Amino acid sequence: MSYLLRGVSPLGGAPTDLLLAKGVIVAVGAEATAAAGERGVTVVDGSGLVALPGLVDLHTHLREPGREDAETIESGTLAAALGGFTAVHAMANTTPVADTAGVVEQVWRLGRAAGWADVFPVGAVSVSLAGEQLAELGAMASSAARVRVFSDDGRCVHDPVLMRRALEYVKAFDGVVAQHAQEPRLTAGAQMHEGIVSAEVGLQGWPAVAEEAIIARDVLLVAHVRSRLHVQHVSTAGGVEIIRWAKSRGINVTAEATPHHLLLTDELARTYDPVYKVNPPLRTQEDVDAVRDGLADGTIDIVATDHAPHPREDKDCEWAAAAFGMTGLETALSIVQQVMVDTGRMTWADVARVLSVTPARIGRLEQHGRPLAVGEPANVTLVDGAARWTVDPDRLATGSRNTPFGGRELPGRVVATFLRGKPTVLGGAPAREAGMHA
Amino acid sequence: MRHLLSAADLDRPTAIQVLDTAAQMAATQAREIKKLPTLRGKTVVNLFFEDSTRTRISFETAAKRLSADVINFAAKGSSVSKGESLKDTAQTLQAMGADAVVIRHPASGAPHSLAYCGWVDTSVINAGDGTHQHPTQALLDAFTIRRHLSPGGVRRVGADGDQGVGGGLDGLRVAIIGDILHSRVARSNVQLLSMLGAEVTLVGPPTLVPIGVEAWPCRTSYDLDGVLATGPDAVMMLRVQRERMGAGGGGFFPSPAEYMHFYGLDARRIARLPEHSIVMHPGPMNRGLEISADAADSPRSVIVEQVANGVAVRMAVLYLVLAGVPTGGAVPAAGSADAKGAAR
Repeated sequence: MSYLLRGVSPLGGAPTDLLLAKGVIVAVGAEATAAAGERGVTVVDGSGLVALPGLVDLHTHLREPGREDAETIESGTLAAALGGFTAVHAMANTTPVADTAGVVEQVWRLGRAAGWADVFPVGAVSVSLAGEQLAELGAMASSAARVRVFSDDGRCVHDPVLMRRALEYVKAFDGVVAQHAQEPRLTAGAQMHEGIVSAEVGLQGWPAVAEEAIIARDVLLVAHVRSRLHVQHVSTAGGVEIIRWAKSRGINVTAEATPHHLLLTDELARTYDPVYKVNPPLRTQEDVDAVRDGLADGTIDIVATDHAPHPREDKDCEWAAAAFGMTGLETALSIVQQVMVDTGRMTWADVARVLSVTPARIGRLEQHGRPLAVGEPANVTLVDGAARWTVDPDRLATGSRNTPFGGRELPGRVVATFLRGKPTVLGGAPAREAGMHA
Repeated sequence: MRHLLSAADLDRPTAIQVLDTAAQMAATQAREIKKLPTLRGKTVVNLFFEDSTRTRISFETAAKRLSADVINFAAKGSSVSKGESLKDTAQTLQAMGADAVVIRHPASGAPHSLAYCGWVDTSVINAGDGTHQHPTQALLDAFTIRRHLSPGGVRRVGADGDQGVGGGLDGLRVAIIGDILHSRVARSNVQLLSMLGAEVTLVGPPTLVPIGVEAWPCRTSYDLDGVLATGPDAVMMLRVQRERMGAGGGGFFPSPAEYMHFYGLDARRIARLPEHSIVMHPGPMNRGLEISADAADSPRSVIVEQVANGVAVRMAVLYLVLAGVPTGGAVPAAGSADAKGAAR
């Protein structure tokens, strides 16, 4: 089965045709157009649609194994496909923790079986995420799952010696340590950003310095041991500034921002609605502006969702009792379009860079984030940037409803997603045969 | 008034209406028969997720004096400790016919969730939530201050006569001293007293003053003696919990002795206050920590009277919420059913 994508705009450029066959892009332009009418070629009308390399999320919580009541690899990767992703990195804080080759291989295989998107497991840095002893990073790296990204996400690798060792150790297999920057002593019991709103609503404050102090320490550590550091979900103006400084010194650090930190502020905590409770917390408008600036000027390399599904009972309660986290796979591209593209701060080529090319490079994925060119893997996402839709938490594919964007009208709709030449999404709906073809 | 969740819910006319209603309620409490038929047939649930005998008894007394039926529900195991969830508890109480829920909860915002999450449709009165708000405490404090001091700081002669009915607290200077960071009493009072025209100054060690306080309608100082030297009309001491000393980072202050030295109210400091100044404390007191026995028992102390005023103020709040009385500049709340109930 081949697919001819007619009249699509690669990275928002001049319209052309793409022919996908045998898992690769076999022709572009007139040569592709010529395939129209051939047997076994399905034509997809792509006029007005932007073609992007399949999106890559460096930060997804799929919850399986252990919390299948919140999300399964099946439901989470379907949500990913509908959001335009062809690859997701599944965080290690499952039950059991993904801290051995056995668990990461299980997650990897479940992802293959689901078939909606490639699942690349993230390995835990420390055994049981306890922050005390290195997990078997080498075994995970050399497993079938080929782990390259290591993180104790949800917890900070706060012990500077353990962090140093992890950064050093991953050099052997070109790995990267993705740090959840949260100084635990400064944030014990913390509920929301510490500032004017927290003082008034009486929720325990989470100071920006708790994030910034760890980022500062880690960029100095990675410079010292000459390894690779990735800073997750940068949420503060100070954090952006430290990373900007580090990059100006040539330090090998990359950073991500989440869609929610690009749009939402701590003012939402006044509602006491736990759907706005997230780690790191929503910050001030000044921080949001700094994160946007950082993304626009390249200080922040990528957007990652930190998709964190939770069952309803963990959010339908008082704020302090609620779990941290928001879903994001199905809204990420729309938020980036609204905040960065529709405001003229980024082009679609920039979107491809921050949501596909660079996350794939950080994760050392060879088959994702590639150019839309002949011979390249046929991982393609088609977006209708002119469409508008209203987020209905009940109608998202993720297994949980904790989206902070419910009721909001957002721009941009994913029309089709192709993974290795096969549609996982067509006409904005799941393409059912995907699972069977995997 | 449908709910009372925060002092910020009240505009000036409504706050003064509550205080004036409380004055009427207080007057009835001097009679031989204290009980009024006003809320007969209404059910008030005291839903307490934290131990607070005095606040619970105060609300219970207030409801009973208005002839409401009272159910006390001490829910020790909140959802935080994996007991029954707040939602289920609230729905259970509504199913049993509660007209109003008076809630005390360790989580800031729990009363707000109860009022606005769609779990129940009863009225909600906040009896203290986490480190957020304790609006009836602020109202009883305002009531107490108004009863004793007229605008400008003159002590009213004989608190039985003119009780300041109809007025605010314009120009009065109030110092609130102690653990501001963890205090819902301070938050409520800053909003209410300043809205009524008082000038509020918060005093405490910097570790116990929240980041973000600069946005509050008050001044902040770390120097108690300096503030006392300006001659405040009312001095409100806050309870300092002893466990604050053992918390992370070595505690919020070095020792009880040092705290008392810099921020405690003792006979020496009381002697420096103007003649008309009053001394307040929301209770329960730590005698010998934030307030010495000499200060607590001095003639300027209105601490015991605050307790009595608490009943009158809570009667007023229950009446205004449950009887469907139109309030102040706010939208006349509560359904017509409530109004009918009030007519009985």
